[in-house]
Amino acid sequence: MGMFFKMAAGALGRQKSKHILIAFTVGLGVSLATAMLGVMFDVGDKVNKELKTYGANLTVIPRGASMAGEKYEFAERQEGGDSAESDDHYIREDELFKIKMIFWAYNIVDFAPFLNARVETSGGPAVLSGTWFDRRLELPSGDVVETGMMPLKSWWTVEGRAGDDSDPEGVMVGKALASRLGLGPGSSFGVDTEKAGRKTLSVRGVFESGGEEDGWIIGTTALAQEAAGLPGLVQRVEVSALTTPENDLARRAAMNPDGLSRAEWDTWYCTAYISSIAYQIEEIIPGVRVKPVMRVAESEGAILEKTQLMIILLTLLTLFCSALAISNLVTANIMERSVEIGLMKALGAGNLAVSLLILSEMLIVAFAGGAAGYLCGLGLAQFIGKAVFGQLVSVKTAVIPLSCLMVVAVTLLGSLPALRALLRLKPTEVLHGR
Amino acid sequence: MPNIMEIQDVSKIYGPLKALQNITLAIPPGQWLAVMGPSGSGKTTLMNIMGCLDTPSLGEVNLDGVKLSGLSPSGLTALRREAIGLIFQQFHLISYLTALENVMVAQYYHSMVDEAEALEALGRVGLGERARHLPRQLSGGEQQRVCIARALINHPKLILADEPTGNLDETNEGLVMEILHGLHNAGATIVTVTHAPEVARHAERVIVLEHGKLVTDEYQTHPAHRPSGAGSGAGAPAGAGPGTEDGPAAAPETGPQGAAGEAAAPEAGA
Repeated sequence: MGMFFKMAAGALGRQKSKHILIAFTVGLGVSLATAMLGVMFDVGDKVNKELKTYGANLTVIPRGASMAGEKYEFAERQEGGDSAESDDHYIREDELFKIKMIFWAYNIVDFAPFLNARVETSGGPAVLSGTWFDRRLELPSGDVVETGMMPLKSWWTVEGRAGDDSDPEGVMVGKALASRLGLGPGSSFGVDTEKAGRKTLSVRGVFESGGEEDGWIIGTTALAQEAAGLPGLVQRVEVSALTTPENDLARRAAMNPDGLSRAEWDTWYCTAYISSIAYQIEEIIPGVRVKPVMRVAESEGAILEKTQLMIILLTLLTLFCSALAISNLVTANIMERSVEIGLMKALGAGNLAVSLLILSEMLIVAFAGGAAGYLCGLGLAQFIGKAVFGQLVSVKTAVIPLSCLMVVAVTLLGSLPALRALLRLKPTEVLHGR
Repeated sequence: MPNIMEIQDVSKIYGPLKALQNITLAIPPGQWLAVMGPSGSGKTTLMNIMGCLDTPSLGEVNLDGVKLSGLSPSGLTALRREAIGLIFQQFHLISYLTALENVMVAQYYHSMVDEAEALEALGRVGLGERARHLPRQLSGGEQQRVCIARALINHPKLILADEPTGNLDETNEGLVMEILHGLHNAGATIVTVTHAPEVARHAERVIVLEHGKLVTDEYQTHPAHRPSGAGSGAGAPAGAGPGTEDGPAAAPETGPQGAAGEAAAPEAGA
């Protein structure tokens, strides 16, 4: 081996500019690939967080509620109705903290309850929707979480300010209703409720959602519960959760979790599929159904998969370009050394021995370039993270072996034409030049 | 004793060109054969075939009892490694390795590296003290002597020298021929390819090729240099002290096949 390394080291000392160029080319490819892989491994969380701005992806409704239209139903306790049956149509507000106690609690980014009551305004009937604007919850574990409607509706534009959970008279009014009633931030107006008589409300802000909510009044849950005569109850909860893209297992589980084998069930339960998060919420809050908002969930999964596929393709393209670039350099290197290689063959070196020597030299050069490229790639990943997602990227350790593999792959691929030339080289063609 | 090399009706054909035509030749052990002829006569082609670097289009070659026609390219490489020592006109030393390491390369591809043995081989050609020098620090004559040491290191059955003095001045030519004489006297079988009559006259047998055909095959009764006494030194030219550029020290050693030898006097203008 000593002679092998002596020869490899000796050869590396020559043709320095070519070796530096090879190292630089490999380094460039590896830096781009490292940056892209670093971003790709982190992009799931990043893209998910970005997509959360487009609303909730889970809706929690009472088991007795109708499958459709729960968003627009009015809360009404049937006079003389059975209490248990009525409660089957609502969710207890004081149980909602449990949503942050499921296995995937940290993936629950935000949630807010809603209760709709019918009210009469001077301009006609309207919906008074009660919610949490910005609720601070203390969990039994001692953890404190803040949650509420405003982060769920990040695309709403608000004139004035958002509502406040500690201000029961303060409300937000949709732009269409505010326009009909001539309201603006700071103004007051009266509404007639079914259960609490006339109430005077103060407008804290006017919002524009682009949806039907523009004709609504949004206040605290306490206000809506009083108006509807449903203390401590809500109609639905919108939940925003970080999820893993759905696959066959998740789809089968969503249809029938009992149909999974034990191992499949464990895998599904311990993966943040939207269906497993829904299942866990149903487990922890009795009497509710959790419906994935599939349009949002599927879009998130599709966008994530497409983003990752694009990054993988770009990475492969980058590596291929690097291999192409070094192939010329390696071939030129071999051609310049044709006499030396011909001599080795004449002295009895087999094709394998000569190929191994040349490949070893190239790998040493490539790994030197690859190491520098890896470090540059880490920096580049942070730059991309800052520029695209506004935060740093945490590069996973899996990128290191992948980078090593990339160096080897680029070097082997780039050396193939040179190795072919080397195998074809006959000592007689290069040793008798006169 | 069987012949080291037997060439039977060998032709080498490149399309319309017949580089060699029906060459038949036998080389007994210990013979020094010179192959002569003008440029394009087929000398190098014949040497390539003898050295297992090329294969004939027609005919049969037998090296040390092994038929070359039945061998694969890797088989030819293995046989070349074992049986042939090559000396080139342009020396072909690896520029980033020292003289010693250049000799050790041949050991490396043959079997195992043995630095002491490589040093001994360099000593035999008078370069013991310049073993750690790079080729660019050696004169042409010294480089050729490193090339000879490399050719000898694995004790080949046949030494093939292609224009061994073609790139050397008269003094160095004399030194190199002296070493070859030493090897021959120690029992080595040598084939020198040359177009120079003054080199060919050192050999005991001269063949002449013309247009790929063997036109002359004769034994010289008075070769240019016949050192007296059996067992004359293999590659041990007399001259200046060790380490001098063109005058290596005499160093009686064994020849490529293990015969003992003694120093032979150089012949001016050989």
